[in-house]
Amino acid sequence: MTVDPAASPSTRRRVFRRLLRSPQGALCLAWLALIVLVAATSPWLAPSGPTVADLDAANAPPLTPGHLLGGDSAGRDILSRLMWGSRQTVLACVIVLAVSIAVGVASGLVAGFYRGRFEGAAGFVSDVVMSLPGIVLLIALYALTGPNIPAAMAVFGLLIAPTYYRLVRNVVLGVRNELYVDAARVAGLSDLRIVGRHVLWAVRAPVIIQSSFVLAAGIGIEAGVSFLGLGDPAGASWGIVLQNSFNGIYNNRWAVVWPALVISVTILALVLLGNALSDVLQSSARSRTLSPRRRRAAQEAAQPGDAAGESIPVGSSDDVVLSVRGLRIAYPAAGGEVREVVHGVDLDVRRGEIHGLVGESGSGKSQIAFATLGILPREALIFGGSVLLDGDDLLADPAKMRAARGRRIAYVPQEPMSNLDPSFTIGKQLMYGLRAVTRLDSRQARGRVVELLTRVGISDPERVMRLYPHEISGGMAQRVLICGAVAADPDVIVADEPTTALDVTVQAEVLELLRELSRERGLAMILVTHNLGVVADLCDVVSVMKDGDIVERAEVDDLFRSPREAYTKELLSSSRSVELMEI
Amino acid sequence: MTPQPLLRVQDLVVRFPGRRKTVTTVIDGVSFDLAAGETLSLVGESGSGKTTIGRAILGLAPVSAGTVTFRGATISNIDRTRRRKLARDVQVVFQDPYSSLNPAMTVGDILVEPLTAAGVTGGRERVRELLDAVGLPADAATRYPREFSGGQRQRVAIARALALDPAVIICDEPTSALDVTTQARVLALFKEIQRTTGVAYLFISHDLGVVNDISDRIAVLHRGTIVELGEAHQVAAAPRHDYTRRLQMAAPVADPRKQRERRELRLALLAPHTSTKE
Repeated sequence: MTVDPAASPSTRRRVFRRLLRSPQGALCLAWLALIVLVAATSPWLAPSGPTVADLDAANAPPLTPGHLLGGDSAGRDILSRLMWGSRQTVLACVIVLAVSIAVGVASGLVAGFYRGRFEGAAGFVSDVVMSLPGIVLLIALYALTGPNIPAAMAVFGLLIAPTYYRLVRNVVLGVRNELYVDAARVAGLSDLRIVGRHVLWAVRAPVIIQSSFVLAAGIGIEAGVSFLGLGDPAGASWGIVLQNSFNGIYNNRWAVVWPALVISVTILALVLLGNALSDVLQSSARSRTLSPRRRRAAQEAAQPGDAAGESIPVGSSDDVVLSVRGLRIAYPAAGGEVREVVHGVDLDVRRGEIHGLVGESGSGKSQIAFATLGILPREALIFGGSVLLDGDDLLADPAKMRAARGRRIAYVPQEPMSNLDPSFTIGKQLMYGLRAVTRLDSRQARGRVVELLTRVGISDPERVMRLYPHEISGGMAQRVLICGAVAADPDVIVADEPTTALDVTVQAEVLELLRELSRERGLAMILVTHNLGVVADLCDVVSVMKDGDIVERAEVDDLFRSPREAYTKELLSSSRSVELMEI
Repeated sequence: MTPQPLLRVQDLVVRFPGRRKTVTTVIDGVSFDLAAGETLSLVGESGSGKTTIGRAILGLAPVSAGTVTFRGATISNIDRTRRRKLARDVQVVFQDPYSSLNPAMTVGDILVEPLTAAGVTGGRERVRELLDAVGLPADAATRYPREFSGGQRQRVAIARALALDPAVIICDEPTSALDVTTQARVLALFKEIQRTTGVAYLFISHDLGVVNDISDRIAVLHRGTIVELGEAHQVAAAPRHDYTRRLQMAAPVADPRKQRERRELRLALLAPHTSTKE
């Protein structure tokens, strides 16, 4: 197998660098590195051996010459004993981690990937093990093995393995349905290679994060078991130092502080490191939201009014309901830069007009739709422009935007299913939405919803209102959302790819419905789509978008008969190449 | 048809266990042949079972009854070892170019993987050929899938399918996630590849137009059965079955005048049984 040498190490280095950049991660790593270093070098660095007693130093206070942290009741140097003790801590960590990962991750991989009987059995065992009281078992173990910390830690590793098992199994269950795993199967890869190459990669991050919490628990258990007197009393470990100091607490209060501090700080460092790791390893999914100060800076920097070209005078026709002027939208990009995705767009929608906004993915068409609704994602930056509804600038005044949204401008989304709340019935959602924007009481609202559902082509509205979203088809869900959009009798509907997720036969019906509604209510509509067939079917006017600009605008018949721009021609010919022109 | 087709599906039935011991029959007695170098399309709406047929042939969905044969040998319900050998002959391009490529691997590794699995040496040289065949630059091999657009990723997926020089590629909606201009280019690439390598396609799509563009023959699926199977132009332009006609009429055309006519035809066609919808 050829492994690209540049591949994984570079990502690993990147993760490491980002971890160091966060103060929390860097501090935790530094502390843990120090512990490991001390454990490795204590035979040479420790001021004295772990059991060397100096009777003069018995119960010596801190800062006694030669005994920085003082001495314990037997006159042993506490600093030295803690340094020697760290060796046992690190050993305990290695054992716990090795045993729990070997058992938990391996069984989780097998159970998640093959499922079947092994999964059933492993699930049962892991449930049983998780329900066992760990510390009690470890005490019982003492009766068998005597003071044997490595054995106790190995058993603890087994006891904590189910946490890995559950985590890994769940991740693998998700990954095994990924198409790239199917593709690997079809490509003839052996199961071992699929697991090693594709599945293991996916569980890597969660296992690393979990490990830091497991280590924290391991240190706590090691210290606890030693403190209870189950460790080797002749050896040195943090738990034993703590126990000795505790026994002499009335003679030397300070002696308790040091081991307690070391144990607590180390556990804290591991837990915080786990949090920092999960931030770093799982951050790619997060959006880059700029701080308010940098937002303002970016907006000011963009001000020099290079808003694109000729601006059509506002209200060029009395009929215009909604107009967009010089709209510029940008997003933070990698490396702290800001990338403008809509460059000064103008758009007018007249009463009763269906205005198609057509373009390919990334052309900025959906951004315009979101901006007119005031639902741009949080990280978006509006560099300029206005959205005028009957002359009122909605972009400039959030209160006006809120007042208009849902009442005067309504929205029909692309994914009907994900826009319905799965835990409420259709009727509840529609009535809730309707009562939020009108003054109807619940009986009136119900009557109106029934009437509207009938209007959008649902034949038994009373029954449908009692159903949950998962009980209806995608086409019906889109009808329900259209019903919700027209409920408050808006002037404008913004429909973002309203039929893309639907089958062609259902699409035809939904387009028919949108056309009828627009006609009978004089509704203006902005229809965002990539499908020129849909545009030809429904729209009156079309704006063609490319790379954040409107490159061509025309009446629908003119645009299709004689497109001016090369890009429009290309779109048309691509679209027609896969079309059934003959009827 | 030749006496022995490349791929033969006979009376295929696929059932999945449903809730509470019920069984859902997704594919109910589907039969068709695929000849070498031919493109046969399966077209249907969501839930028609078109994707399941492809997955059953690939061994990714259970074959409950019926048989799938490749060059005369049964390939339904075979063990993993024989299935792995079949990788040289039967390959796949999935719909979603985002989840079908492992984000952690470079394009080069993705393409080398099937070669190493089959024990082919000289993988890196072959990767260059493959990238060239699908119109990607040679330096693509060292980059990650996330650095590519949807259309380019689909080209990578096509290159992966081509790596072992298969006789059949099952294309499961390979262009439905792409923009229309990209779709046209990727379809042209499929045709070009077929011309040079003689590979056969089982092309699965919901779009009768796309299918018409690329197919020799078309099979129309509705609720797990084939309602019409015939020569591509006949099925797309002069369908015999009522359901195919409905599909045809529902697909909008990028021409307002023609679309107006088609809309009226569609409404006229539906008029006798409007009450049966939803």
